[in-house]
Amino acid sequence: MRVELRDIRKYFGAVKANDGISLTLEPGKIYALVGENGAGKSTLMKILSGYQPPTGGDILLDGQPARFHSPADALAKGVGMLYQDPLDMPPFRVIDNYLLGRDRRLRLDYKSARAELVALASRYGFAIDPNATIDSLSMGERQQLELVRLLAGGAQVLILDEPTTGISAEQKEILFESMHKMTREEGKTVILVSHKLEEVQELCIYAYVLRRGKLVGGQELPCASEALVEMMFGQLPQRSRRPAFTLGTPVLELQDVTINTYQLTVPDVNLTVRAGEVFGFAGLEGSGQRLVLQACAGLMPPGKGHVRLGGQDVTGWGYHRLQQHGVGYVAAGRLEEGLVAGLSLTEHLILARPEKQFFIDWPGNRAAMTERIATYQIVGQPETTADALSGGNQQRLLFALLNTPLKLLLLEHPTRGLDVRSADYTWQLLYNRRADGTAILFISADLDEIIAHSDRIAVFSGGRMSRVVDARETTADELGHLIGGQA
Amino acid sequence: MNQTQSSGSGWVARVWPLVPIVAALLFTSALLLLFGASPAEAYRAMWDGSFGGSDKILGVIAFWVPLVLCSVGLLITFTAGLWNIGVEGQIVLGAIFASWVALRLSGPAWLLIPVEIGAAMLGGALWAALSAVLKTRGRVNEIFSGLALNGLAIILTNYLISGPWQPPEGGSFRGTAPFQDAALLPRLLESRFSPLSLVLAGLAFAAVFFILRGTTWGLKLKALGKNPASAYLLGVSSERETIMAMMFCGALAGLGGAVRVLSWFDSLRQSISGGIGFLALLIVMLAAYRILWVPFIAFFFSVVLNGSITLQLKTQLHSSLGGILTGVMVLFVLLFGSAKQLGIGGQASTGAGDAPEAIPPPPADTIAGDITPNVRGGD
Amino acid sequence: MNDSQLIAVLASIVLQASPLIIAVCGEIMTERSGVVNLSLDGTMLMSAMTGFVVGLRTDNYWLGFLAAAVVGMIFAGIVALGSIRLGQSQVAIGFVLALLGDDLSAFLGQNYTRMSGAVVPKAGIPLLKDLPVVGPLFFDQNIVVYFAIVLVFVTWWWLNRTQAGLQLRGAGERPTAAFARGVNVNRVRYLYTILGGALVGIAGAAYSLNVKIGWSDGHVRGFGWIALAIVIFGGWSPIRGAFGALLFGATKALATVLQRAFPEVSVVAFNALPWLLMILVLLAVGSDYTERFITAMPHSWQRPLRRVLRVSPPMALGTAFHEG
Repeated sequence: MRVELRDIRKYFGAVKANDGISLTLEPGKIYALVGENGAGKSTLMKILSGYQPPTGGDILLDGQPARFHSPADALAKGVGMLYQDPLDMPPFRVIDNYLLGRDRRLRLDYKSARAELVALASRYGFAIDPNATIDSLSMGERQQLELVRLLAGGAQVLILDEPTTGISAEQKEILFESMHKMTREEGKTVILVSHKLEEVQELCIYAYVLRRGKLVGGQELPCASEALVEMMFGQLPQRSRRPAFTLGTPVLELQDVTINTYQLTVPDVNLTVRAGEVFGFAGLEGSGQRLVLQACAGLMPPGKGHVRLGGQDVTGWGYHRLQQHGVGYVAAGRLEEGLVAGLSLTEHLILARPEKQFFIDWPGNRAAMTERIATYQIVGQPETTADALSGGNQQRLLFALLNTPLKLLLLEHPTRGLDVRSADYTWQLLYNRRADGTAILFISADLDEIIAHSDRIAVFSGGRMSRVVDARETTADELGHLIGGQA
Repeated sequence: MNQTQSSGSGWVARVWPLVPIVAALLFTSALLLLFGASPAEAYRAMWDGSFGGSDKILGVIAFWVPLVLCSVGLLITFTAGLWNIGVEGQIVLGAIFASWVALRLSGPAWLLIPVEIGAAMLGGALWAALSAVLKTRGRVNEIFSGLALNGLAIILTNYLISGPWQPPEGGSFRGTAPFQDAALLPRLLESRFSPLSLVLAGLAFAAVFFILRGTTWGLKLKALGKNPASAYLLGVSSERETIMAMMFCGALAGLGGAVRVLSWFDSLRQSISGGIGFLALLIVMLAAYRILWVPFIAFFFSVVLNGSITLQLKTQLHSSLGGILTGVMVLFVLLFGSAKQLGIGGQASTGAGDAPEAIPPPPADTIAGDITPNVRGGD
Repeated sequence: MNDSQLIAVLASIVLQASPLIIAVCGEIMTERSGVVNLSLDGTMLMSAMTGFVVGLRTDNYWLGFLAAAVVGMIFAGIVALGSIRLGQSQVAIGFVLALLGDDLSAFLGQNYTRMSGAVVPKAGIPLLKDLPVVGPLFFDQNIVVYFAIVLVFVTWWWLNRTQAGLQLRGAGERPTAAFARGVNVNRVRYLYTILGGALVGIAGAAYSLNVKIGWSDGHVRGFGWIALAIVIFGGWSPIRGAFGALLFGATKALATVLQRAFPEVSVVAFNALPWLLMILVLLAVGSDYTERFITAMPHSWQRPLRRVLRVSPPMALGTAFHEG
């Protein structure tokens, strides 16, 4: 199906998320849509897949103007979108999830639906058990299921939003294979929205580049990645260089730490992190790395083993006690875990300070917050509420709230959802911490980030921690194999 | 958008606070007409019941005091995101503890009364702590534990009245024998109103005002109420603060219970709380969680509720009419919002001067939230 | 106690539980669609009063049930309107309606207290009622009890085996995903909130016309809250919920038996049973200690134990949904 977007505009108040975008997509090809965070990619794709109506502009499918009233309407007209977090029903069985909204009759015809599902899945090389429940599936399997649902619904145009985040190397291969099948053999149109330029180069024949709500150009692929990056950012962003640093004494020691939850067991983790060291945990989401991080933060009691902080046995200490002893923890969901919507920056500071006054000294705290706003370059006032800040500024606020000095800083996805510039600034702040002798332990889904910023790396797969590798000597390839569970 | 609305319809904003009152009056008038009663006469009877004489007015004030005590206590629990529906039972336990002192100990009034009050606050706080611990340790939603503990508190009262504390002249379900004189709060002019209780309510009001406005504890409760997970990561212990907030409210409710037995009545009665706890919940909701509104709305409730008792005496119509009037008002405000929520006219709150900012209602998903096993455990 | 007495007690438990079962099924449908209707106590008081009064005035209990269902739909409709259309707190609106229903029923029903009116007649099912044990328990009852039993299975089937049920559960689990599949989430929520309300209304009348016949102030006060607790205890499943309702029905019978056994204990003490049970069952399904107990068990037992002892609510319960 040939897709034409003509002068698509989407305004949120004064913000122009899409500002007159026109582009054409031919059938049988894989296109890339790239741009930095906030460039307007997701808004454009939400409009094309019926989740949001545009403020203005036209969508033409095979030359015919189309208006979508809902995502289901868009799918019926041939456009389907696969979200990074697939829009499925976690407590449902696969087959119920597949049937929901498909069949208009009251009674469900399980027999033919099962056959249909299995046949369609195997055509694209997917193996799906119709009776499994969705929350027992891996992210890759959930994607496959969602793709099958879209294809069964008659999608001729498929939009894939960051599909390779959080899936294994093997699943990635299957996914790419299926994308080629859809385009080359079936003449479908595929749009890949991605940050990962290597994948874009490998898969797509043409890239559209967005910047600040506008289409700034198109580029035949493959090409030199620098050309794409320059279009995305206007100029090449300076990557912060990792300052050289000598490691100090051990700060965190894990000895035979075993964590049991009813979904996963993480056995016998042994690990030492030194003062000033940056240690990265890689692995698919749910492989155990977050549990280990939480065990270090006192949020998840280990089943057995010992945790030492600066030589002191802190096994079984709670989060608040560790917090007082120099452990900082920054979770991934900023407004869900870390900041309180509706409270001002000053109020956050008062709560985060270790010394608690009974009566609040408002002027004093306001002054202290003003100082930190300047230090951490937060765009906001002491009275601003945390939810009014942008993502990057929320991240800076979280760092501004950490106490100094810190012995150990634990981070989940420190730059998730940030554009390159904000991510870079975040790492600069972290390097400053390291200069103070703080040991940093972080998890990330972005292998490049882990390789670029860690001193040493451990990979988690199915609850097991791999051998520790030196970041200077490893490659994304080696880590990819470890993520897949190969030694 | 709000700007244009407020400039275009300023009169709507000014009239808006009256709309729920008018709607509630229309609704109750319709009910009265349905029962063949004249609304005008009925409202006059209610008015006379509240303002027809100094004893009546003092009665309104005497009923108003425990309402204020419970309402300001509930502001603390609402701030912490808790639906303390068990406040009703906490009043009852306060009354029972005060009654125990009044029945079992003897001494001069200056000694007995502080002990009674202390016991009552302890009783209410302990009953509230039970709800809190069931929530933090057992993940039982405070709405359900509160309701169950309300039921149990009433059953305990009935048991005491008909059993161990039954008056010597024989068992009845009405109440215990009247307390010794020294145990009762000094009352004004043969009325049910004790000036001392007014002083206590004033102190409670001031304490809550300053806790919410200028203390770290108040800020912790605010953070806890808005986002427990973030509050925890910021160093707020949800268990500790939940228990403290509940016990604080329970203590004030228990004090309210003491006022009920020691000045409104002179003995422990079957329906000792008189629904004051539930009324206080409605008052706080109607005040949109703003403390400076609470005394005024509580006074209005007291007028309506006292008036409807006179209504029943004069016209034989059921006294629940007062509850209907206030209930419809609260429902109306909840459904269609205060003027502020509608974005028309901000002057509703400017009168409050430098009041602490309005606390939004606790999150709606509290029922579901508590029984999710170990929210922070996943990977 | 001999066998026939025991069977009579058990049959009365089934009868006592029947209104709770109906209310629980209604509320399960509402909550599975994502809406909490907390007004049950007030709704059931109002519908019990309405059902009784209409039954008395028309001498037709069917009309009583019909009127009660309409009352339930109005209360549920207010909750739905307030939370879906007006975006207000479901808990607050439900709670105020619970109190308002109490006062309204007292006022409107004031001239009908302690009177006798229409009653649902007993109607044994031929052949089936002669079966040993199950016959007298389930088939020698009346239409209300049969309705409750059938409703449990119909509700289960509707939720788990129909397209409508998938859409209903989808709206309560993940409304954005349901919307993406063409489900009109808010329409589904209106529908099942109001349908659930109708069943709650019928449950109220099932008390005043069948189980606790008649009307007085606060006639069925407390049962609505118990029904809400059973929904949680029942893990939002109608079959488990029905067991919960039978358990509560049993407390009444148990109180009678205990009273006979310990005549020296004050009668009021036994009224505490349902409240104690309410706290205990919620503790059982919620507490961390239960989880620790399960984890201490042999590995192969853990899964089935967790299924029995733990529950999880619909993921989007009590949250608002906006398209786009």
